[in-house]
Amino acid sequence: MIISIASGKGGTGKTTVAANLAASLNQPVTVLDCDVEEPNLHLFLHPEIQSREKVIAPVPEIDLDRCTFCKKCMDICRFNAIAVTANTVVTFPELCHSCGGCTVICPENAVTEKERILGTVETGTVPLPDMNFGQGLLDIGQVMVPPVIRQVKSHRAPDQGITLIDAPPGTSCPVIAAMKDTDFVILVTEPTPFGLNDLKLAVETVRLLNIPHGLIINRAGMGDDAVYAYAKDKNLPVLMEIPYDKAIAQAYSKGDLIISQQEDYKEKFQTLYKKICFLADSEKCAP
Amino acid sequence: MKIAITATGTDLSADVDPRFGRASYILVVDSETLDVEVIDNAANKDAFKGAGIQAAAAVSEKGAQVLLTGFCGPNAFKTLDAANIKVANDVSGTVQSAVERFKAGEYTFSSAANTEGHW
Repeated sequence: MIISIASGKGGTGKTTVAANLAASLNQPVTVLDCDVEEPNLHLFLHPEIQSREKVIAPVPEIDLDRCTFCKKCMDICRFNAIAVTANTVVTFPELCHSCGGCTVICPENAVTEKERILGTVETGTVPLPDMNFGQGLLDIGQVMVPPVIRQVKSHRAPDQGITLIDAPPGTSCPVIAAMKDTDFVILVTEPTPFGLNDLKLAVETVRLLNIPHGLIINRAGMGDDAVYAYAKDKNLPVLMEIPYDKAIAQAYSKGDLIISQQEDYKEKFQTLYKKICFLADSEKCAP
Repeated sequence: MKIAITATGTDLSADVDPRFGRASYILVVDSETLDVEVIDNAANKDAFKGAGIQAAAAVSEKGAQVLLTGFCGPNAFKTLDAANIKVANDVSGTVQSAVERFKAGEYTFSSAANTEGHW
């Protein structure tokens, strides 16, 4: 069972849900921070990192002795990462999306691939029973996020295990990369106009991907009722509410889990998992 | 010598377009005969990314040795430099006056981009 936790709006509580849900399950779990531009799940789970690997993407290198300046590589590149001038070829690795089109289309075999490092994936264990951890870190100056996320996701639990994916905010390529091929998406929102606006975008995205999904309303009690009306209108199940509560905010600010300060929340997060199992393909659920 | 000039229109009376990669047109002017060849830059104008790179490749293809424009970003400059095209930035007025001032030696060539890249 792979569960991704997304939101649309940033700062709604994705990481809070991921960390507390992971720590509440009495089963082996792998938790992966896919917000590779600013991972922060480690602040709550204190993993011991045991291995690091580089994320490498191929980018083109042109052999000018073979090149006939036919421009086929430039024409196929959607991202303008290759410029063929009258007498030379210039490549822009930072614009390259590593599709390999230029390598395939070159009739002279003048395009070869060299390696570009995008970031790092770190894996290890959390000092809680049966919890593995992984996170991605995009290198400064790089913008190609999805390959880093895909490599983090390659460290998911084996078939029968539970994997939780803390997705980045927004609805663009990085979020799609994080949610894709997961069995269930938890959408975390707050009951404010801003939260609702971005939730609508997130719901449209999840429904395009055709992944079962449900809603957690964080900071319940603030804002207004519009999120509830929207959820009802869209048949969006509200899986859990986390109240707008000073003690919860204080725990967060110290990097503590809610469940370590309020024991009853452990059961609430276990109930959340049961609801997810009911809504997702139940065969995916660990016994 | 062929001079490339970014322009808001298609003849010598048009104003210099201050943008390079997203200029409306790029005129390639023969400095002796004042013959004009027009590059319609409409496709690059709305490019997602890399407009300057494409425009620079087009200027190179036309055989221009010099570019007169307002602002030239780092990726465009890198491409122009590789194609041995000299760049004069901060050019304004009409295309015709730019050609005349170039011929009078009033412009100095840049050694680097004069604006940031766009993301």
